[in-house]
Amino acid sequence: MNALGIDKAPGAARVVVAMSGGVDSSVTAALAVERGYETVGVTLQLYDHGRAVGRPGTCCAGADIHDARRVASALDIPHFVLDYESRFREAVMDDFADTYLAGETPVPCVRCNQTVKFTDLLRTARDLGADALATGHYARRIDGPGGPELHRGAETARDQSYFLFATTPEQLGLLRFPLGGMTKDETRAHARRLGLAVGDKPDSQDICFAPRGRYADVVARLRPGAAEPGDIVDLEGRVLGRHEGVVHYTVGQRKGLGIAAAGPLFVVGIDAEERRVTVGPRDALMKTGLTIREVNWLGRGPMPGGGFACAVKLRSAQPPLAARVAPLPGGRARVDLAAPAEAVAPGQACVLYDGDRVLGGGWIERPALREHGAAA
Amino acid sequence: MRTYLDHNATSPARPEACDAAVAAMSLAGNPSSAHREGRKARALVEDAREAVAALVDAGPREAVFTSGGTEANNLALLGCGRPRVLVSAVEHPSVLQAAPFAERIAVDREGRIDLSDLDARLASDDAPALVSVMAANNETGVLQPLREVLRLARGHGALIHCDAVQAAGRTGGGWSAADLLTLSSHKLGGLQGAGALVVRDGLPLAARIRGGGQEFGLRAGTEALPALAAFGAACRAARDDDWERVRALRDDLEARLLAAAPGAEVLGAGAGRLPNTTAIAHPAVDAPTMVMSLDLEGVAVSAGAACSSGKMAASHVAEAMGRGDLARRAVRFSLGRSTTLEDCARAVAAWTAIHDRLARPSHAA
Repeated sequence: MNALGIDKAPGAARVVVAMSGGVDSSVTAALAVERGYETVGVTLQLYDHGRAVGRPGTCCAGADIHDARRVASALDIPHFVLDYESRFREAVMDDFADTYLAGETPVPCVRCNQTVKFTDLLRTARDLGADALATGHYARRIDGPGGPELHRGAETARDQSYFLFATTPEQLGLLRFPLGGMTKDETRAHARRLGLAVGDKPDSQDICFAPRGRYADVVARLRPGAAEPGDIVDLEGRVLGRHEGVVHYTVGQRKGLGIAAAGPLFVVGIDAEERRVTVGPRDALMKTGLTIREVNWLGRGPMPGGGFACAVKLRSAQPPLAARVAPLPGGRARVDLAAPAEAVAPGQACVLYDGDRVLGGGWIERPALREHGAAA
Repeated sequence: MRTYLDHNATSPARPEACDAAVAAMSLAGNPSSAHREGRKARALVEDAREAVAALVDAGPREAVFTSGGTEANNLALLGCGRPRVLVSAVEHPSVLQAAPFAERIAVDREGRIDLSDLDARLASDDAPALVSVMAANNETGVLQPLREVLRLARGHGALIHCDAVQAAGRTGGGWSAADLLTLSSHKLGGLQGAGALVVRDGLPLAARIRGGGQEFGLRAGTEALPALAAFGAACRAARDDDWERVRALRDDLEARLLAAAPGAEVLGAGAGRLPNTTAIAHPAVDAPTMVMSLDLEGVAVSAGAACSSGKMAASHVAEAMGRGDLARRAVRFSLGRSTTLEDCARAVAAWTAIHDRLARPSHAA
């Protein structure tokens, strides 16, 4: 076994590195080269960059592909740009828009990892004869007694395991996350040591295809005319005002409601079919039970049928909460929190942890309609 | 060990071209200057112009130097002043993009222009027209029936522009009689950054780049002396190229690629083609994967029209030929005067290895 856990001499092992042009994946590639692997850089063309930043006529590729190419050239490795625009549009952007229009709050980065990166790119890496596909994610892949395991990154603040919960065991077999045991400072130190020009590049923020965080604009562009106005109601169903479309709201949101009330009001529920946004006081946001769908299981053996205790993360930037999880038929599961949690937003991921290990996760479902007003 | 089979993208510079460029670099003068150094430089430009014009049987005053084929195509389409433009559907992007509103003439499944469609369109309207049809397609090598295109267009009083970037120096075929003719130096073994538009004497044309009046007032800007000297040298040397040797290599390569991958198809196999080009679609491996895999095996080929971002787009040429099924799988092997039997053997070995790895039944992913 060598440094990347490939059962070959480094010189005989081909490693495909997903290079985004940022410091993390650049260091990932440079370390693979330094360790003697036959390294191949691949950058994904995911969307028309000029269009995303509202400057038509600029190159479709954007500066990040340029940066990735410059790094690959400096490392003297083969580098290819893959056109995944139509796949990304269909698997990530359309899903993003449809999820918002359904009154939920999507996590496109998980969808992208799940589809474009770890299905399509992984297949391409296999086709290219790769022994591993390495990315710059801050998560750890550990070879355990029952096969490869997914663990949180060493630096809690940088941990990206939440976005990787949908990775299947088979995908995990080929994947490597060489930065998972490092802090961001260590990565930047490597970048300086290795003379990478991208060492001082700022971290990427937000969702790549919505550069200024204007999610509703993205939805409006992808689904013109789909955002229809409707009522804002209180917990008893009384109409308090109007809204310009459910896509502008997410559960837990306080700002931008435009309604005068005695106490602070929060979005507590969204009903896309009725085009209704329900608002209420903070305690109406508290929940102890939820269900998740499309559950991916990464634990050892099958998921315990009678339920089990673990920790769950309901948002990426939230500490894990104690919970009990029990499987339901149809790839669903019931999650009961030990203490009520605030702002459980349908569409977000619920990721299950045993300490640092990721046991899997699923997508938070919309509660049954009657729960809206009743603070279940 | 690299095997370079992408001569339609760029054919590596010939020694004669490199020598001419180096010699030109040691000259001090600007061709427009009145002194002795300027005259020396001017002589070099005119010497190159004669060589380029001679390659296509044109008079020396008829060759206008440009920065390359793209600029020459733009100058022809935008400078000719014809209100109506007809182009074949398989033209290079520098033609299609320069005339986005042009009428597109269909091609058949072998990639040949539909002459009756051209005739009917020209007969339907009396507005002065420009017809732009390439001599040979860059992706497939398919030759267009330029003699017939010329006859039809002349009969209707239309001007004819022919993009001969891939055909010049490689094949004849009557295209050199076109009113406007595009040439590119680096496809002939010259340097990148030089091309020419051959303009039939007396044909009025409007400049796109204005300034100091160089190139008969049709293309302002100080001449790129080393690149033009190399262009002239490449054109002279090209007369001695043995394309029948290349044709035999190409035919053999194509037969072996087809034999190694049952179900593979060659685009335009039923048409007359350049002697150096084969566009072949593997039955199971998509073009980007094939191009990347061949590259990793040491063999350089292309797929479709490469975007400057490096991403590989589906071939608009295959689509236009009604072979959309091949558009995402066709890769182009293009040979050159320097290609050897060993080059072809390595290409076949790499193609076979990739086929065995990806298309065997055991590779059920």
